[in-house]
Amino acid sequence: MALPERKQSVTEARLAGLEIPRGGCTEPAREAALARLWQMGLPTRRDEYWKYTRPETLIQPQPPRAALLRTDEPPMFDAFDRLKIVFVDGVFDPQASDDLALEGVRIERIADLCEQDIHWARDLYGVLEARGHEPVPRPLAAFNTAFAGDGVVIHVTGRPSRPINLIYRHESEASDAVLHHLVRVEEGAEATILENGPAAARFNKCMEIDIADGGRLHLVRTQGRDHERRAATHVFARLGRESMLKCFTLTVNGVLTRNEVVVEFTGDEAVAHVAGACVGDGDFHHDDTVFVTHDAVGCESRQVFKKVLRNGATGVFQGKILVREGAQKTDGYQISQALLLDGDSQFLAKPELEIYADDVACSHGSTSGAIDEEALFYLRSRGVPEGEATDLLTLAFLAEAMDEIEDPALAEEIAGRVRGWLARHR
Amino acid sequence: MAALDNNEVKEGVDKETVDAVREVGGAYKYGWETEIEMEYAPKGVNEDIVRLISEKNGEPDWMTEWRLQAFRRWEKMEEPKWAMVHYPEIDFQDQYYYARPKSMEEKPKSLDEVDPKLLATYEKLGIPLKEQMILAGVEGAEAAPAEGRRVAVDAVFDSVSVGTTFQEELKKAGVIFCSISEAIREHPELVKKYLGSVVPPTDNFYATLNSAVFSDGSFVYVPPGVRCPMELSTYFRINAENTGQFERTLIIADKGSYVSYLEGCTAPKRDTAQLHAAVVEIVILEDAEVKYSTVQNWYPGDEEGRGGIYNFVTKRADCRGDRSRVMWTQVETGSAVTWKYPSCILRGNESQGEFYSIAITNNYQQADTGTKMIHLGANTRSRIVSKGISAGHAQNTYRGLVSMHPKAKGARNYTQCDSLLIGDKCGAHTVPYIEVRNNSARVEHEATTSKVDEDQLFYCRSRGMDEEEAVALVVNGFCKDVLQALPMEFAMEAQQLVAISLEGSVG
Repeated sequence: MALPERKQSVTEARLAGLEIPRGGCTEPAREAALARLWQMGLPTRRDEYWKYTRPETLIQPQPPRAALLRTDEPPMFDAFDRLKIVFVDGVFDPQASDDLALEGVRIERIADLCEQDIHWARDLYGVLEARGHEPVPRPLAAFNTAFAGDGVVIHVTGRPSRPINLIYRHESEASDAVLHHLVRVEEGAEATILENGPAAARFNKCMEIDIADGGRLHLVRTQGRDHERRAATHVFARLGRESMLKCFTLTVNGVLTRNEVVVEFTGDEAVAHVAGACVGDGDFHHDDTVFVTHDAVGCESRQVFKKVLRNGATGVFQGKILVREGAQKTDGYQISQALLLDGDSQFLAKPELEIYADDVACSHGSTSGAIDEEALFYLRSRGVPEGEATDLLTLAFLAEAMDEIEDPALAEEIAGRVRGWLARHR
Repeated sequence: MAALDNNEVKEGVDKETVDAVREVGGAYKYGWETEIEMEYAPKGVNEDIVRLISEKNGEPDWMTEWRLQAFRRWEKMEEPKWAMVHYPEIDFQDQYYYARPKSMEEKPKSLDEVDPKLLATYEKLGIPLKEQMILAGVEGAEAAPAEGRRVAVDAVFDSVSVGTTFQEELKKAGVIFCSISEAIREHPELVKKYLGSVVPPTDNFYATLNSAVFSDGSFVYVPPGVRCPMELSTYFRINAENTGQFERTLIIADKGSYVSYLEGCTAPKRDTAQLHAAVVEIVILEDAEVKYSTVQNWYPGDEEGRGGIYNFVTKRADCRGDRSRVMWTQVETGSAVTWKYPSCILRGNESQGEFYSIAITNNYQQADTGTKMIHLGANTRSRIVSKGISAGHAQNTYRGLVSMHPKAKGARNYTQCDSLLIGDKCGAHTVPYIEVRNNSARVEHEATTSKVDEDQLFYCRSRGMDEEEAVALVVNGFCKDVLQALPMEFAMEAQQLVAISLEGSVG
């Protein structure tokens, strides 16, 4: 079917002059992704799926410029013993990165796959992304698979002693980064991946995660603090029997962020928790779009999303739990909440359930409102100054999402950043 | 169910439930047809048909023009596809848009002149068109003790209103209750002012089609300060084959008035699907209150999903005045496909909207239903309680919008939608949209999906109930919040319907 005119023209404009990276085992997947992209077209405001977020600046040929943030705040996770992999404006920086050798995990560059014809990653690159277009197309992810210039392949075979930290530095005001990562967690293996940094003026990132039976992955991401940056990220995860994925994202500032997480249970008794906290001020638009598909028996999914918004900031949540026929004993939970610190901010949500199995317990909740005046009054009557009391209540509001981080030290690191943000924006 | 008659009523079983289950012996019991000579407009829809309908209703030119404009608009519109319902493409030119009993050619001056066959039809449906103490819509109501509650009925048969009861008595109170065709002729100033002011002729595909071809429907005007002395009711019956029913209801509650309005509907069993596309508009001024209750029991199609009514309905209430209130209550058990979102525009400050819904789908039925609460005024409040029950191969979707506009300071919404699945071949879905654009507004949304509670079923079974009885009881409990919101007459019927709709879904 031909694309609507508007879609056709924005897609043509974006793809004009772009060439997919040639060679190696990713080329067929890149070509297939490009063909998919031409078929679905890039998003426009008319797409139901983009009802609450304007995609224009994410798909225009050149990204809007984004001023760099100079801060003396120490980099995130600085105090942690971790393996650093640094990308500057979307390009791997070997000097700034650590040696990629670590027991229990093998790490390679996506760019290197372009020189290898045979590699296990060819069975993963673009595969989960391609599965993720039902029922709605995610053209920015297909774009990513086709054009990603860099990224890493993380093959977890044991239990690495240190977390792997992907660090994204933003140094050019006009950078347009496209990164694609692959993560394969083998049977019984377990790893923690950290991600942080503003990345680029415009950042398109895709991570495909394949977790084998009994594998476990912790993914802790922070996005910030550059204010003018834009980002569209996708996580596609497939979970085998009795495996586990815990994904948490903190977003601080950013003029536009769209984080999509697509989780598919293919093995029984697996667990996936996807959580997010965001704090935004002023010209801030943050969109969490989550899609969890239960296609196995006895799996548990949790979606916990909390947004603190002020000064005209906008928070969006689109979440869905799909339980396929036969996915009995599913336990699906979803909560999305917004704390609106002033009258100009807004929260737009579409929390969905689509259920085709009868022996399930699925629920979702969504609330939005101002800070609890009674709780504020109580704290003030105990001598806590208003600003501090507001911060305390805000932190308490975000706690449920941050509780999804298993490692207490990491959770404290995240909470510290939120406290810092609140103190600066009091 | 037949086995029930041979069983003793067990101790501890709610007698009402057993009676309800017993009452509904067979499956769809309104599936018979009235053999009556009909007069049809030619098949299909075009400007001539629109003019013809307007002429049959004896309408003034402005009304004909209004319809034609809607029709021209409709021709350029596309059928909406976003609902989670699937049905074969509808050929809008392959059906009749106007069908009326020959005997209605000259509108009878009073009920005494109405064709006895028509009166018998309503009698058989449990809606005697007599001005006596009656309980509307309740099967077996004749046997029930009359409690002095009276209900005025406007009976619509295919494309025309057959008659309206208690008109004289209502007139004494200043209430106008008549068919919309009569209102266009007798009260053009009111119709002109309000028709299309809540659901504009350009609103959506089906509402626009309705604006062009609506043949009849009910009109209610309650003057300032008047509490309508009885409940008003419209009963819609589709009888003719291959005929769409397009009725239009307009209710105006002037300042400080109150009215409770009931709506019921049935159709004969047929193998081919039939279209029903209605529009209901309600205007509520300062301090007025309207309760609108529906028991929708159109023919749902057979066990294989053949036939049934396609029910594409636009219902909207506009709370224009401060402190105005509207309450929608619906029990949706019929129709092969339902597409219906009774909505509230809460424009007046402190106005209030409520939506209580039970949607039951069985066999191959599909329902995509819910509400919209548009909060525009300060301190407006809304409450949504939706219970969806799915059995057999049916699909049941709640779709709703809660929108808090920047000026809706201090507004509140509470939404609860629960789904119950009976069997592993059906589906239950929830698609809420929540848009909050000011921080003094508080929105709470909760939804759950589960199966019939095993412990509750086990308890009922251990008290000697058979499985179907037990399910009916548990389901009635699940629907309690909504059933309680219904007027008494409807609550009784609704309870029966819950049992009937789930028949055969167990085991």
